[in-house]
Amino acid sequence: MSITTDTMRVPAPERLAPALTTGWMGWARANLFSSWLNSIVTIALAFFIVKYLIGFVDWAFVNAIWNVPNDAAGRPDTSSCRDNKGLGACWAVITEKHRFMLFGTYPYEEHWRPALVCLLFIGLYIVSAMRRFWRKELVLIWAATLTVIALLMWGGVLGMAFVPQDRWGGLPITLILATFGLAFAFPLAILVALGRRSKLPAIKALCVLYVELIRGVPLISLLFMASVMFPLFLPEGMNIDKLLRAQIAIILFAGAYLAEVVRGGLQALSKGQYEAADALGLSYWQKTAFIILPQALRLVIPPLVNTFIGFFKDTSLVLIIGIFDLLTAGKTAIIEPMWQGFAVEVYVTIGLIYFVFCFAMSSYSSKLETELNRGRRR
Amino acid sequence: MENFSLRHIARGALGAIGAAIFALAAPAVAQTPAPAASSGGGINMIDTIRARGQLLCGVNTGLAGFAQPNSQGVWVGFDVDYCRAVAIAIFGTDQNRVRYVPTTAQVRFTALQSGEVDLLSRNTTWTLSRDTSLGLDFTAINFYDGQGFLVKRSLNVTSARQLDGATICVQPGTTTEQNLADWARGARINIRPVVIERLEDNVAAYLAGRCDAYTTDVSGLAAIRSAQQVPNDHVILPDVISKEPLGALVRHGDQRFADLVRWVHFGLIAAEEFGVTAANAAQLATTDNRPEVQRILGRTGGLGQMMGVDNAWMLNVIRTLGNYGEIFTRNLTPIGLQRGPNALWTTPGGQQYAPPFR
Amino acid sequence: MSDTAIDPRYATRPPKRPLRLSWSDERVRGIVYQIIVVGIVGAIVYWLYSNTVHNLDVRRIATGWGFLNREAGLPIAEYLIPYDPTDTYFRALTVGVLNTLKVAVVGIILATLLGTLLGVLKLSKNWLVSKVVTVYIEIVRDLPLLLQLLFWYALLQGLPGPRQAINPATGVFLSNRGLKLPFFEWVDVHSWALLLVVIGAIGTYFFHKAARAKQMADGQPRAVWPSAVIMMLVVPLGAWYFMGAPFTPDIPALRGFNFSGGLTVSPEFFALLLGLTLYTAGFIAEIVRAGILSVNQGQWEAAEALGLPRGRVMNLVVLPQALRVIIPPMTSQFLNITKNSSLAVAIGYQDIVSIANTTLNQTGQAIEGIAVIMLVYLTISLSISLFMNWYNSKIALVER
Repeated sequence: MSITTDTMRVPAPERLAPALTTGWMGWARANLFSSWLNSIVTIALAFFIVKYLIGFVDWAFVNAIWNVPNDAAGRPDTSSCRDNKGLGACWAVITEKHRFMLFGTYPYEEHWRPALVCLLFIGLYIVSAMRRFWRKELVLIWAATLTVIALLMWGGVLGMAFVPQDRWGGLPITLILATFGLAFAFPLAILVALGRRSKLPAIKALCVLYVELIRGVPLISLLFMASVMFPLFLPEGMNIDKLLRAQIAIILFAGAYLAEVVRGGLQALSKGQYEAADALGLSYWQKTAFIILPQALRLVIPPLVNTFIGFFKDTSLVLIIGIFDLLTAGKTAIIEPMWQGFAVEVYVTIGLIYFVFCFAMSSYSSKLETELNRGRRR
Repeated sequence: MENFSLRHIARGALGAIGAAIFALAAPAVAQTPAPAASSGGGINMIDTIRARGQLLCGVNTGLAGFAQPNSQGVWVGFDVDYCRAVAIAIFGTDQNRVRYVPTTAQVRFTALQSGEVDLLSRNTTWTLSRDTSLGLDFTAINFYDGQGFLVKRSLNVTSARQLDGATICVQPGTTTEQNLADWARGARINIRPVVIERLEDNVAAYLAGRCDAYTTDVSGLAAIRSAQQVPNDHVILPDVISKEPLGALVRHGDQRFADLVRWVHFGLIAAEEFGVTAANAAQLATTDNRPEVQRILGRTGGLGQMMGVDNAWMLNVIRTLGNYGEIFTRNLTPIGLQRGPNALWTTPGGQQYAPPFR
Repeated sequence: MSDTAIDPRYATRPPKRPLRLSWSDERVRGIVYQIIVVGIVGAIVYWLYSNTVHNLDVRRIATGWGFLNREAGLPIAEYLIPYDPTDTYFRALTVGVLNTLKVAVVGIILATLLGTLLGVLKLSKNWLVSKVVTVYIEIVRDLPLLLQLLFWYALLQGLPGPRQAINPATGVFLSNRGLKLPFFEWVDVHSWALLLVVIGAIGTYFFHKAARAKQMADGQPRAVWPSAVIMMLVVPLGAWYFMGAPFTPDIPALRGFNFSGGLTVSPEFFALLLGLTLYTAGFIAEIVRAGILSVNQGQWEAAEALGLPRGRVMNLVVLPQALRVIIPPMTSQFLNITKNSSLAVAIGYQDIVSIANTTLNQTGQAIEGIAVIMLVYLTISLSISLFMNWYNSKIALVER
């Protein structure tokens, strides 16, 4: 071949790799069509994805109804939505009910307060997620924010009207139950985790009993306990509001699970750390506070976030004992006869809200995990 | 090197317990606890309610005609009016004097037992076992009800006897559930129950066609039917399979409060019997010369003081809410309920009867 | 890592000295602290207990377990053992426990199968497959299970009524009354045949074990499947045939309001099972994936170098090692399915929570009702934990 002889004299001009091995085509070949079977699977899957995606877009956007007119009596007339059933979504139910779904029975003209509370919560999460704030001051930030949140929700100061808890509802309840649950459960969890590793048999036994008992039963049974049994435990005349009872149940529940997470961190710490601290002559609390916990808690941040995602989702269980969280508010919104039958739209919307929160947290936690592990490997 | 472990871990655990106590106690402190009633024999509910400034009244979570928040978020309904009546009898007015606590069928008795509410006015059926084993007292029957069936008109069913093989939605934890089982056995009918906890989920299941029929008290069925866009698509079958005497409940321990609730009801009945209405009560209080009317309206007899409230107690109640008939007409006629057995005893078939005010 | 913070050497090193009754003695302080803690906890428990007793007494609330023998009067839609509303509360609660176990067992099996499949697929070299699985896992994991259950239940309720039921195959009907499948009339002969299958399975297990032991001794692999087929298939079928081979098909048909005959999967059970399975499979998939990834690539290469085909590499080399990583988190997923099945109460499937709930409502005995729920779940949780711990120790690395 002539080319062969040419190459002997001058270096061959640089050639591109075959078109089928680089660029998007090469990528597709390697990742989508590497074998006959793979090609068939890819094509079949792509077909179904496109088909259902088109169906979904048709339902959710193209054929959807976003608004319905009012009838003569001033009530929404949902007949157009009913005719459209199965073809397109009736987002009008969301347009009409979104304030109720988000804030429940909170006084309508005061809705800016729970809205602000939601923003504060989100801000708190973002600040807590930034590593430069991982200092002692974070505790103060939490305390201050939670206080402001309580003030905003209750009111009764600074010219804000007092709103009793039985009118609270919607997203703030979900955020309150999850966040206050974490804030109170966390110190409890640390102490229980330390107690579970104690050498003192009675203390260890108590902690083990608490953790295993709580982890062995479903959250629902604790919530039932809080709603029907708890009142019997208290002296006559002493009463605790339903919401706070549920909050206590969630704290106790979260405490047991978090304690196990923290214990994992304590166990993962190398023995040398304990020995070195002892060698310095530190007392138990000095050692725990300055040497052990700072390291152990850093280790458990990713599983901690995952556990928190779990609680965040689990707060929806308060629906069963009739507390007005986001999910309950959504369900209540579709009781009205004219809106009955549009459950799917409401559930999709609520699902989206939960998803945004949980997905943000879970991607954060997996990112963090990689980062922390990288640091430790070095 | 042992020195770190023992006492510090002990302290740690101590702290854990402390935190647990704190976690329990902190929210309790944040709450304003109900004024503690003196324990033992001498609980005085009326004084307790006065001191608190509010009557805590347990109502349904939302049943048209009986208790539901209207579009302004204000509770209205037949059961709600009974809460208001008791509050007026105690305070003379119901302005900000009632706090409504929505209760599900499941927590209603616990809420009353634990003192979360003073009064349970929530279409609750009076039965022997409830009266004896719950530590609660039924005061009086303010609504005679019975259990029925709601079916879709398109099913072409005209009698409950035709429901053999049907799927029937029912709420658990109610007498309804047991009545259904009793009735099916007695009538030798085979039914398939679908047992769903929440009222609204039951209704949704019925409307979606998961069940052929929904069973509950006829009053409840009427409320549900009237709330539908086309009420005529649904039929309440003529069969009534049980007696459901509904009324308000109080906790054991203070008979005087039970008496007050009972006699507020009788006062409303008596007022209807004697033609005392919201419009004419104030005038009749000074002009009417029938002795019993004078006693009811507090001009003579000092009956209010015997109850531990103001002598004008019933006058205030009737002036604000009207008599039993007016309360019924205002709340229950719109949802399509007839007086039926709830008419006065002076009407044929009526069963509402008040003992003498004397 | 050791379970306690204290190295055992330290615990034994200080010379044993007699207990001095002095505050400076660690052990004395330890004992004192323990007494204080136990005392405080005891006092709180006693306080709660005495409050409760007082409250029950003052409010004249009935207590005790006498109600268990009273007539329940509550209708139950699905039961595994014969049940009638005239039966006792005890029987009703038993039905509830069995319903919980039913959905938990089926859910565990299905979630494990689906989760394993998804976990393997997520590692697929096909980009589209692995992305689709990733998206699925993200979605189910980031939505509350309760919301998913309500969603499925609402969707199932939206199916057509029994008269317009979807009828994809003869005798199969899908409507808002659930899924109806053809079955055959169950007679005693079938129970006997089924018993033989179970006996055959146990026999196969021991045969397999013996074959394994022999292989270990002489290196000769022995085929297990012929005897398995004989024991689990031929013998039961033969027995069934000689007992008269009874077979009456039971095909569902629309009669009156509903279908009668056939096998029913109620919408409540179906929604719960669907929700539990899809949700937990998302978690199991991640566990399986992590387990497979935890096996060193060198293991694959070494096994392939020995000439083992890919399937056997998976079965004999990778899976046994991955299982060690997989089993402990899997245990907690199984526990989660069981505990999460309590959400049945929200969609009207009558599990133990739902029935105990109704019971406490009708009898007014909240404490006993909650105690029943907790006892049942603690027992189930403990049994699963014990079984999985036993299994875990069986497959654990035996170090030589």
